Amino acid sequence: MSELSVNHLLGIKYLKEEDIQLIFETADHFKEVINRPIKKVPSLRDITIANIFFENSTRTKLSFELAQKRLSADVISFSAAQSSVKKGETLIDTVNNILAMKVDMVVMRHSHPGAAYFLSQHVKASIVNAGDGAHEHPTQALLDSYSIRERLGDVAGKKVVIVGDILHSRVALSNIFALQMQGAEVRVCGPKTLIPKYVESLGVKVESNLRQALEWCDVANMLRIQNERLDVTYFPSTREYVQQFGLTQELLNSLNKEIVIMHPGPINRGVEITSEVADGPHSVILDQVENGVAVRMAVIYLLASKIK
Amino acid sequence: MSQKVLLNSKEVHIILHRLACQLIEKHLDFSSTVLIGLQPRGKYLAERIAQLLRDEYQVNDIRLGFLDITFFRDDFRRGDKPLEANKTQIDFLVEDQKVVFIDDVLYTGRSINAALTAIQSFGRPSEVELLTLIDRRFSRHLPIQPDYRGRQVDAINQEKVKVCWMENEGEDAVYLVTQH
Repeated sequence: MSELSVNHLLGIKYLKEEDIQLIFETADHFKEVINRPIKKVPSLRDITIANIFFENSTRTKLSFELAQKRLSADVISFSAAQSSVKKGETLIDTVNNILAMKVDMVVMRHSHPGAAYFLSQHVKASIVNAGDGAHEHPTQALLDSYSIRERLGDVAGKKVVIVGDILHSRVALSNIFALQMQGAEVRVCGPKTLIPKYVESLGVKVESNLRQALEWCDVANMLRIQNERLDVTYFPSTREYVQQFGLTQELLNSLNKEIVIMHPGPINRGVEITSEVADGPHSVILDQVENGVAVRMAVIYLLASKIK
Repeated sequence: MSQKVLLNSKEVHIILHRLACQLIEKHLDFSSTVLIGLQPRGKYLAERIAQLLRDEYQVNDIRLGFLDITFFRDDFRRGDKPLEANKTQIDFLVEDQKVVFIDDVLYTGRSINAALTAIQSFGRPSEVELLTLIDRRFSRHLPIQPDYRGRQVDAINQEKVKVCWMENEGEDAVYLVTQH
């Protein structure tokens, strides 16, 4: 296969397994490109991309922008704080105004689940979902799987546990879809209040004990507590959370095997993960960031090749 | 579809030896020369030439790399088929080196044009040359000519030049294929 089956990247659930493999193979080439003395290729010199972020982001926005620039696309970026959205403009109007300036692709982050899908139905541009509420964050899941593939050779057959705030996490949902599609086994672990009620219907087992979860897994993906999304109290105190679900070096040392540690960032050091673990030899956190650029280059390149 | 033999195995071998000798004549010990096979099809020719230089002409320390030009092509989104990338493998800098591009067939010259842009990602070569097994005359879109050529061929646009290699197709030969 040399072409994606979709024209937009709205979520992992709209992809096929072959799409993921094609993205990874293309990302391998781009990873080589970004390690050259000159890290740029001219493929997308006639493509213009708008990055529209209605929610804060550092890593994802930078990573997308770098990926676009390394492909030689023209890039405009804006965040909602400075835009007319504050003056009452609707999403479709905002985007259509941007598209009237001859933009070919839109990368959007929005706080509402389904915002990217909605946009793809109403505007004429290729849409990339950079996170929609607690729904999906497909490029993060792709780069996570890509990092597992890089470290362990393959994703199929691996056991991955996702630890932390699953309820509010788009990273968790996209990761569950992506990992299962590639034949990995997924479990989640966290306080009962932060585990979605129907997560087992996705074929995901729930672990309430971190040590047991770690004994089982090959890879642990540690998520942050999303304080900005917690409208009520989900657990008694941060201290108690740390005691039960914080990953420490002692805990890692006490396991009788080595596991790969991942984190999508931003890290709350000393809460879900200690500095020692985050900066330790089993952590692939910075590899994830590097791979993020290569994977996003692949996604944008493959989607752009479908724009006629 | 009919095909005609342009070069048989023996002719291919004689030409490869001649091209290798011409390279030695110009580059002597290859101390500041690197060979770059253009992906996908130039790879086989480049490997053959490098092997000949090493085994038959005792030129040691040949530096050989492979360059993929997919992301540098000027027909992205313009063709019917999506472009597929191949592996680039250049483990050395080309800064101040003499670069010899190696490709099997020179046709419009657009691949070479893309390769000239692509190679800049690895430094500024002091000189760039082009070696091709087959040079299709009168079909260039750009002012690009080979420095070393195996055989010059007159072929019309409907015709295709097919280069076969022992390691891939089971024989060394060049065919002119006519589509009906």
